[in-house]
Amino acid sequence: MSMVQLLQTNAQAAPARPKPRVRWLPYLLSLPALLICVAILVPFVTAAIYSLQRYRLNLPYLRGFIGLDNYIDFLSDPAFWNTLRISITYTVLTVVLELLLGLAIALLLRRPTRFHNAVSIMLLLPLMTAPAIAALMWKLMTNPSFGILSYLVSLFGVTDFKWASDPSTALFTVVLVDIWVYTPFIMILLLAGLRSLPRQPFEAAALDGVPATFVFFRITLPMLTPYIITASLFRLLDSIQQFDIIYAMTQGGPGDRLMVFQVQAYLEFFQYTNVGRSAALLMVLWLITNILSNIFIKNWLRLRARAHGHA
Amino acid sequence: MEHSSLAGLIFRGVALTLIVLFFMFPIVWIFMMSFQNNDQILRIPPRILFEPTLSNYKALISGQLHTAAGNLQITFMRNLFNSVVLSSAAVALALLLGVPAAYAFARFKFRLGETIAFTLLSFRFAPPLLVLLPLSLYYQELGLNDTYFGIVWVYQLIALPLILWIVRGYFEDISPDIEHAYRLAGHSWWEAFTRIAVPLAGPGIAAAGLLSFIFCWNNFVFALILASADKQPVTVGALAFVTASGIQYGQIAAAIVLSVTPTLLLALYAQRYLVEGLSLGAVKG
Repeated sequence: MSMVQLLQTNAQAAPARPKPRVRWLPYLLSLPALLICVAILVPFVTAAIYSLQRYRLNLPYLRGFIGLDNYIDFLSDPAFWNTLRISITYTVLTVVLELLLGLAIALLLRRPTRFHNAVSIMLLLPLMTAPAIAALMWKLMTNPSFGILSYLVSLFGVTDFKWASDPSTALFTVVLVDIWVYTPFIMILLLAGLRSLPRQPFEAAALDGVPATFVFFRITLPMLTPYIITASLFRLLDSIQQFDIIYAMTQGGPGDRLMVFQVQAYLEFFQYTNVGRSAALLMVLWLITNILSNIFIKNWLRLRARAHGHA
Repeated sequence: MEHSSLAGLIFRGVALTLIVLFFMFPIVWIFMMSFQNNDQILRIPPRILFEPTLSNYKALISGQLHTAAGNLQITFMRNLFNSVVLSSAAVALALLLGVPAAYAFARFKFRLGETIAFTLLSFRFAPPLLVLLPLSLYYQELGLNDTYFGIVWVYQLIALPLILWIVRGYFEDISPDIEHAYRLAGHSWWEAFTRIAVPLAGPGIAAAGLLSFIFCWNNFVFALILASADKQPVTVGALAFVTASGIQYGQIAAAIVLSVTPTLLLALYAQRYLVEGLSLGAVKG
């Protein structure tokens, strides 16, 4: 390379970016985060190993490698299928209802007036309440002897409504609490999405006198879809792992009515001290969430790139 | 595009009223309940107007609960103190570790950085018990069980991904040219980082810190598994209190009010950033 060329390339490179002198710098800066990753990965791998073992805390001498037996046992275990069914029912119910309600509220609050903003700020409060504490609040309100909600339904002639302590209404009650806590989450994400949509299509539609239902289904909904998908996946991933609300409300009861994955795994570990089975249960849950979160991350990255202006 | 017909206006009015009622009523009702004694709470039909009493709060703060069955010691103020210590320490540590890492991920594109960022993100969505249950066995062996240090350490699982991803977004939005100019003027990368990048990303760092504080405070399952009574935060403490106090409903309501007030106030203060924080920066508020 001639001297002139060298000078030219240097001159071109100079204004771009001064190369970081220290190659190791980014590694040094991310070292703590790396440590945290390792600290999570170690127990995670441990759990995977436990799930392949016969491992009971009360019978340590029986401990041994049993391959996939814990998983195979699930296939013929009605308790496992009950857990799977309840978890999926809970997830579908909460996500669908929260999505419909959250979308409706976001549409109502769409115009950024002072009143609408005040309402949307008020709705943040349930979301910022600890879910376990929210469950306790609803427990007080649904107390059969003095709860205000029990009193209110009694005004409609329903005198013996037992809320979370009756197997037939327990699921309804915890879903209600979940809706109270998490609908605002969907609402604020969709509201932010709605307000960031370009105005031109809506103005054009208004000028042409296009009916509102047509505008909603043909313009609003398609443009909002990425936000709806991201919000639902966020909720889907949290909902299938719900623990706090259900544990604080009924500890999985009455009976096994609300034995979702994490509650069942918790009891399996602490009450029945069956570490192997508990770990296998959690691995099944992890498999489900992992599939969902891979879909989620793709969507989320796309939306994030758009929000930060380098799509 | 808004049709302001009379029927439409009435519909919107009714719908918004019902929504506000549904989402606000529990908070208002429990707040009122916390100023009532048990006789007032058990009255049917319930009254909206009542003579407020501070006895529930007094009992919680003094730690003495007088019941028909005798005196009961309450450690609820201890739980409140634990929540403050654990959440503050966890957020401070996460900021210390997370902000430089977020800067590295935003400024230097390197494979390890991406791997770390995505590993942390995917663990944000993994079942917490999967990590916590084996960890509780490790903690027992290491003697970290039931220590503030051990709990602050696992709280990094909540705070660090949040801080990394939000703050990274803020750093990416700042043009690197300013830092380059500063570097060319003979300053070290550390000076560029602390004097240029961090102040410019300040609002994002503050928002991420506040949000992580709220999430650490609201967390339940980590401390349920790793902490025993004297290290438990309010979320676990309130549940234990309900079991222990049985029918002292007024005190339970007061305990609930004390547990949620700090986060609700912070949320109102930080509401501008909540959308972005809750979506990990996928949706700008």
